[in-house]
Amino acid sequence: MRKPFLLKFLLAAVLLLGNTAFASDSDVEEGKDKKTEIKEFIEHHLQDSHYFNLYGTTDEHGKVHHVGIPLPVILWDNGLKVFSSSKFHHGEEVAEVDGNYYKLYHSKIYKTDAEGTITYDEEHHPTNVRPLDFSITKSVVMMLVTGLLLLWLFSSLAKSYAKNNSVPTGAGRFFEPIVLYIRDDIAIANIGEKKYKRYMPFLLTVFFFIWFLNMFGLTPLGVNVTGNIAVTTALAVIVFLITNFTGTKDYWKHIFDPLGDGMPWYGKIIIYIILVPIEILGLFIKPFALLIRLYANMTAGHVVLMSLVGLIFIFKSWVGGPLSFGLSFAISLIEVLVALLQAYIFTMLAALYFGFASEEHDHDHEHEEEAELAHL
Amino acid sequence: MEIPSVVGAGLAVIGAGIGIGMIGGKAMEAIARQPEAYGKIQTAMLIAAALIEGIGFAAIFAG
Repeated sequence: MRKPFLLKFLLAAVLLLGNTAFASDSDVEEGKDKKTEIKEFIEHHLQDSHYFNLYGTTDEHGKVHHVGIPLPVILWDNGLKVFSSSKFHHGEEVAEVDGNYYKLYHSKIYKTDAEGTITYDEEHHPTNVRPLDFSITKSVVMMLVTGLLLLWLFSSLAKSYAKNNSVPTGAGRFFEPIVLYIRDDIAIANIGEKKYKRYMPFLLTVFFFIWFLNMFGLTPLGVNVTGNIAVTTALAVIVFLITNFTGTKDYWKHIFDPLGDGMPWYGKIIIYIILVPIEILGLFIKPFALLIRLYANMTAGHVVLMSLVGLIFIFKSWVGGPLSFGLSFAISLIEVLVALLQAYIFTMLAALYFGFASEEHDHDHEHEEEAELAHL
Repeated sequence: MEIPSVVGAGLAVIGAGIGIGMIGGKAMEAIARQPEAYGKIQTAMLIAAALIEGIGFAAIFAG
């Protein structure tokens, strides 16, 4: 019992600290400023990529060899174009597909001529046509992997619960308290005893999805899925849709008629000119805050970690290694906490919004409120 | 003279930091006074802190 645990712990430690291995393999071109190079590396890491890069090595001639898995590129450009991203040779070459030429520029695909010329406007933005890109990128791969992992994990847990008379076994012992916590302290506490059940599947899914993706972001796979604003936007849009499609009459009344019968209509008009637009804006601000929070937290964590690793290359002495190791070890531990905390906050606030949307005033309560208003 | 937007972002983040600090401190006091309400206080604290944090990040991105 003791030994496997130690092994698992060591494995986890190696996985978490593996970030370090990444930067050390980055290309070290002479003559280029170290600081800008590190900056570029971090920026590249934060972006989505058409190539699942595992590591890269530099040979004697200073040429970088990338080791990894090329991912399929799917473009819609007057018809479906599917090809492997290895055709781009990491942006160095122009890919030719059915007589069309495409080039990678800062991880984005542009349509070019045979030589791969990219034209720029005054602000140095490329003016080339961008075909619709439905590629299976690194983030998409990680989301699919996480989705399948969740599907496999929880369906097998459900099976083991059915078999063992609802007694948790194995991984169930770890996940049962978490699921119960989400049910009791997030769903029931915010949505209420009566209606929480219809929201539970979403809350559990979104919690574990975000948590697992955050944790994958700390592994040396070098993925940054929840730190991608498109991913968090999609999650927030789902929350927005569920909130508003399950909204009760009272929820909409609260937005368009917040004062209710407590005030005559001629008094309301003046207040509502200001109040109703604010309430309507609030509908959009809530999910917007949700998406910015997750995106910014994860991006900030990745930037801090990568910068600390970059210290090694800036110091270029024996100080850098231990310093960078100590700092990034401490920050990694905090990031493990943040990964859980952000998943919790996202789920918590989603449940809070669902609670607002599904609340129904019972009549006794309403009278109480009226009495209170009259008293004021 | 033009003040760079980064200064404004920094000021906003200082405000958010003070706010979160106050929330944490007050939550500690509340827990000390009523240790049995620990769970509820912690939840409310995290929600309030998360809301303020959002403002801080919005300021960073605006700056």
